Amino acid sequence: MVPVDYYILLSAVLFSIGAFGVLIRRNPLIIFMSIELMLNAANLAFVAFASVNKSFSGQIFVFFVIAVAAAEVAVGLALIVEIFKSRRNINIDELNSLKG
Amino acid sequence: MSADLIVFLVLALVATAAALGMVFSRNAVYSALFLVLNLVTVAVFYLLLGAPFIAMSQITVYAGAIMVLFLFVIMLLGAQSLAVTNALPWQKPLAAFLAIVLAVESIYIIISRAGPAVAVSSPAASLNSMESLREMAMVLFNDYLLPFEVTSILLLVAMVGAITLTKRERPGLR
Repeated sequence: MVPVDYYILLSAVLFSIGAFGVLIRRNPLIIFMSIELMLNAANLAFVAFASVNKSFSGQIFVFFVIAVAAAEVAVGLALIVEIFKSRRNINIDELNSLKG
Repeated sequence: MSADLIVFLVLALVATAAALGMVFSRNAVYSALFLVLNLVTVAVFYLLLGAPFIAMSQITVYAGAIMVLFLFVIMLLGAQSLAVTNALPWQKPLAAFLAIVLAVESIYIIISRAGPAVAVSSPAASLNSMESLREMAMVLFNDYLLPFEVTSILLLVAMVGAITLTKRERPGLR
């Protein structure tokens, strides 16, 4: 059987890679995907602990996180499309004002 | 080494490699496909952990709906590869250093604070069976009914928000 620590370690590694992606990439879509990766790593830790504690609450929380991530992606991608339509450019370095 | 451990290690390698591939791909479409691979691998981890419903919603919602949305937007905007700009040249090494510090610190804390090894066992309640699905549904619709309904409102608000943000404004219709 696999010790639960391995799952938590994998979750930490995936989370760090996601944070690294957010910091290093300049393409907002890839930054967005890195955020999804971090959410995913947190979900993995949730399910691992739920499996150890034999409780369904952790799994249900993951279900809610997936739903919230779907809502977040819909609104975030709509914002990116809108920014692209108004400026013809989505380079993060040049997006430094909230004005449209 | 048990079969479970071998499966875990191989999948962990695939998941980590896919995550690194996502971060380092030049082309955003490849990044999205690497992320799909990562999400499917994590779904297999959920199956190993005895969470079949979460594994299936991961594949349908994440790998299905969300990533298709991502691919649509990438191809719609033509943002496969943006021009490389070096507005902050010192930022990349600093980011790499900070990410490595984050990884080392979290791994160190997890290892140093580890209690007695608890194996992820698969008792009857956590097997991938219809019974575990039924039990989870009982918990979801008894203890977590209000959050469930609030989630539906959240999804409705997100849908209305996305449509409002992207709809074309026609001056004649106002």
